[in-house]
Amino acid sequence: MSSEAARTLTPVPAGLSRGRMLDQDGDLRTEEMLLNMGPQHPATHGVLRVVVRTDGEMVIDCEPHVGYLHRCFEKHCESVSILQSVLYTDRLDYLTAMGNNWGFSMAIEKLFPDLVIPERAQYIRIICQELNRIASHLLAIGTYGMDIGAITPFLYCFREREKILSIFEAICGQRLNYNYIRPGGVAYDVDDRMVQTIKDFCAYFRPKALEYDDLLSKNDIFIRRTAKVGVLRPETAIQYGCTGPVLRGSGLARDLRRDMPYGIYDRFDFDVVVGQGEAGALGDCYDRYIVRIREMEQSLRIVEQAAAKIPGGEYRSPKIKGKIRPPKGEAYTRIENSRGELGFYVVSDGKDIAYRVKCRAPSFHNISVIPEISRGSMVADLIAIIGSMDIVLGEVDR
Amino acid sequence: MDRSTLFEKLRQKFGPRIIESDENGLVPSVRIEPATWPELAQSLRDDFRLDYLSCLTGIDRGKGQGLDAIYHVERMDAARLSISVRIRVPYENPVIPTVEHIWRTADWHEREAYDLLGFRFEGHHNLVRILCAEDWEGHPLRKDYKSPDTYHGVRNNVV
Amino acid sequence: MEFFTFVGWLLDNPDAGFLPKFIGVAAAWAVGITVFVSVAALFFVWLERKVSAHIQCRLGPMEVGPHGVLQTLADGLKLLAKEDIIPEGADRFLFALAPILAFAGTFVSFAVLPFGPDLVIADLDLGIFFLAAVGSLEAIGVIAAGWASNNKWSLFGSVRAATQVVSYEIPMGIAFVTVAVVAGTLSLNGMVESQNGMFWNWLVFRNPFMPIVFISYYIASLAECKRAPFDLPEAESELVSGFHTEYSGMRFGIFFIAEYAAMYVVSALAVVMFLGGWYTGIAPVDAWVAKSALLANLVGAIVLITKSFALVFLQMWLRWTLPRIRLDQMMYLCLKVMVPIGMVCLIGAALWQGIAGVPADLMGDSQRPAFPVVGSISGLVCFLVATVGGWIWVRGAIRGTKSYQLANYKS
Repeated sequence: MSSEAARTLTPVPAGLSRGRMLDQDGDLRTEEMLLNMGPQHPATHGVLRVVVRTDGEMVIDCEPHVGYLHRCFEKHCESVSILQSVLYTDRLDYLTAMGNNWGFSMAIEKLFPDLVIPERAQYIRIICQELNRIASHLLAIGTYGMDIGAITPFLYCFREREKILSIFEAICGQRLNYNYIRPGGVAYDVDDRMVQTIKDFCAYFRPKALEYDDLLSKNDIFIRRTAKVGVLRPETAIQYGCTGPVLRGSGLARDLRRDMPYGIYDRFDFDVVVGQGEAGALGDCYDRYIVRIREMEQSLRIVEQAAAKIPGGEYRSPKIKGKIRPPKGEAYTRIENSRGELGFYVVSDGKDIAYRVKCRAPSFHNISVIPEISRGSMVADLIAIIGSMDIVLGEVDR
Repeated sequence: MDRSTLFEKLRQKFGPRIIESDENGLVPSVRIEPATWPELAQSLRDDFRLDYLSCLTGIDRGKGQGLDAIYHVERMDAARLSISVRIRVPYENPVIPTVEHIWRTADWHEREAYDLLGFRFEGHHNLVRILCAEDWEGHPLRKDYKSPDTYHGVRNNVV
Repeated sequence: MEFFTFVGWLLDNPDAGFLPKFIGVAAAWAVGITVFVSVAALFFVWLERKVSAHIQCRLGPMEVGPHGVLQTLADGLKLLAKEDIIPEGADRFLFALAPILAFAGTFVSFAVLPFGPDLVIADLDLGIFFLAAVGSLEAIGVIAAGWASNNKWSLFGSVRAATQVVSYEIPMGIAFVTVAVVAGTLSLNGMVESQNGMFWNWLVFRNPFMPIVFISYYIASLAECKRAPFDLPEAESELVSGFHTEYSGMRFGIFFIAEYAAMYVVSALAVVMFLGGWYTGIAPVDAWVAKSALLANLVGAIVLITKSFALVFLQMWLRWTLPRIRLDQMMYLCLKVMVPIGMVCLIGAALWQGIAGVPADLMGDSQRPAFPVVGSISGLVCFLVATVGGWIWVRGAIRGTKSYQLANYKS
C-alpha cells in the first residue's frame, strides 16, 4: 500500500499528535493518579488507608478508609464481665490507656446511685491521667516531627516518655496497657516514694519542654511546613465533631476538664490552651501542634498541684467488691482524653456483663475531617495534616 | 439557657410529637418517632444552637422491642447543655431519616450504626460499611448475630 | 599473555609503549579509587549512625568491633546475601541498570577530583565543567530507578529527583562560574594552587562575595546528595523510600554507596574550590612540606580528606537536626532565592576581580589580586558577619520574636 493510499484509508486529523499531548486549552495534558496511601505506610500512624486522587503532587481529593484494626470492642464488652471490659478499653487509644480506663469506669460508676470515689483515688486518677496525657502528647509531637522529616525530636520525646512509662510501671506493673483505673477507684495504691518520683519528674521535665522549641516550634523549616497548611476553620471543626487539641487548635476553647469537670478537675488551676493562628492561619497544622506542646505544660501544672496535696485514705471504694453488678440503667459519660472527647454509653440490665457498651472515639471524628482540609494541598502536606490530627487507629476502629 | 428551659421549649414546640421526656435521669432525653427527627434536629441546631452531635448509639433491645437509636446532641461552647434523642424503630424495617446535612459528623456516625446494627438512614449519600469489610454479612452488634464460620476460606470460631 | 606475566613485563620494560602503561595506570587508579570509595562509604555509614545516635542521646552500634566499627561491614555482607528481588511488572533492564548508572555518575567524578598535588587521575583543563556534567548522571540513575520500579511511590520519588536536579543545578553552576572567575581557571588543581599561602588566601575569603557563594554551593550540594533537608526523592515518611522503595539486597546497597560517595565528592569539591584544597592554610608548613614531592602528596591527601570529612560530618549534623522542606519550597529556595543571590555574587566577584585584581600577565607571578589584604579582610569580615549574624538571628527567632510569642506560656 502506498503511503498516499494509507493516508486516505486512515485519515489522520490535523492535530492528532497535538491533541494527544495537549488539552483543549493548549496546556500539556496531564492525568490524575489514584494513590493508595496505606494501610502500610510509614506516615499513617497505624493502619489507616487514604485513597488519594492526585494531579502530580497536588491532592485533588482523598478519602480515608478505616476498619483495618476493627476487633469488635463493643461486642466483646457484651460477652465479658465489666471488670474484664476495663482491660479491653486499654486497647482503644493505647497511648492514653489511663483515660480509657477512667472513661469506662466513670460510666459504670454513674450507674451506681450513691457511690463516692475516695479522695485519694481521685488524686491518683488525675495524676495518672495527666502524666499519660503528657506521654501521649510527647509521642504525638515526636512522630509529627518525624512526619515532617526531623527524626531527632522523636528520640528526645521518647527519652521523656520513658520516664513517665517507668513511673506507670512502678505504679501498676504495666508500661502501655495499664488496666489501672477501675470502677470504684484504682487497682493499687501509690506509695510516698512514688509521689516523690512524680514530683522529681515534674522538676525534670519543665526545662526539657523548651528543647522542642529549639528543634521544632521555632524551627523555620518546620514552621514553613506546617503554617497555613491544613487550615481547619472553627465552624468546620464543629460540623465534623472534632474535639481535643484539633478543635482547640482552631481557636475554640472547649475542654471538658473545665467546662464539665469530672473527677476533681474543678479543684485545679490550669489554662485551656487554644490556637491563635500565630504562624499564619488559625487552625493550621502548626496551631494543632503548638496546642499539644502547651497542653503538656498545663498537664504538668495539674500533676504538680495534685502531687503536692494528695491525701491519704482508701484508694478504692469499699462498696465495689468482687463482681461489679451495676443496677439497671443507662449512662453516657465523656472525658477529655488526650485526643479529644472519649465517650462511653453503657446500658446495664443488672448483670455483671454490660448489655451494651458504645464507645465514642475522638480520633474517629478527627479523621473524618481530613478530606475537607487536605483538598488542594500537596502530598507532603497531606502527611503533615494526618500527622497533626494525631490519630490512634486503635480507637478509630475499636 | 439551661436544660429545663430547653426541655420546656421543646415540649412547647413539638407537643405530643415528643412521646416521652426524661429530664432528670442519668441520660436526659426525649423520645420521638423517626418522622419527627429531621424537623427536631433542624430545630435543635438552628433554634437552640446545639451544633455538635457527640455520639450516636444504637441499641438492640431484643426481638420484640426493636432497635433504639440514641443521638447525643450538645453545644460546643457549653458542654453542660446537652440532650439525648431516642428513636425506636422496628426490627425488620429500621429506617431513620438521615441528619448528615444538619451535622456533617453524622455521616460517619450513621455509617457505623448501619454497619454494626443495620439501621438504614434514608437519604444518606454513601451508606456503606465503615468498620467491617465491604462484603461482610450481617450486623455484628445485633443480639441474634451469628458470626460466620468461614470468611473467604479463613476458618473462624476455632475451638 | 597471562595477567602476571603482563605485569612482570610491564615492570621490566618501563618505557614500553604508551598503551600498556596507560592500561596499567588506569587499572591501578581504578582499583585505588574503588577501594577508597568503598572504605569511605563504609566509614561514612558507620559515622552517620554514630553521629545520629549521639545527637539523639543514644549509643548507636556497639556490638560488632570496638564501638561498632565493623557494623557496616556486617550489614554489607547481609545485603550481599539477601535475595535480589525484581518486582513483577518492573522494567527489568532499566531496573538493573539504574543503580549502576547512579553509582557510575558519582564514581566518574573521581577522575578529576584531586587528593594531592599529583594525586589526581586527570588534571583536566575543564575539570569543574566535567564535574558539573557527570554530576547530574546520578540523577538519571535515580529517575530510571523510579520509573523502572513500576511503583507509584518510586515514580513520585524519581519525578521529585528530576525536579530537584533542574532546581539545584543552576545555583550550583553559578557558584562554579564564580569560583572560576575568581580563581582564573577551570582546572581543579589550578584552583587549589591559586589558594596557596595563609588561610585568608582561600577562595572562600578572597572577597566579600565568596562566603555567600560558598554557602550557596553548600546548600546546592546538599540537594545534589539528596540529604536532609533536601531528601525529597527518598522522603521516607512521605514516599515510603522514594525511588529505591522496590530495591533490595546489593542493588539497594549500590544506591547507598553512591549516596555516600556523592557526599564525599561534593564535600571534596567544596574543599578544593573554597577551603584551600590540600593546603594546611599555614604558609610555612606548606612551604616546608612542598620541598618533597612525596611529603607534599601525603600531607596534602591527609589534609584534603580531613577537610572533606569535616564537611561530610556537617552534612550529617544538618540531616539529624533539620526537618524536610517541601517540593515547592525547595524550588523556591533554589530558583528564586539562590539564583538571584548567586548572580549578584557572580557580578560582584567579577567586578571585584576586575578592579582589585590585576591580570596575570601584568603581575607576572600570579593571578592574586593587587590588594590581597583588602579582599581577604573583607572576605573574613563577611564570613564572620554571615555566620554570627545568622546565629544571632536564629537564636532571636528561638527566643521568641513578636510573631511567634508564646502567649499563655508561663510556668
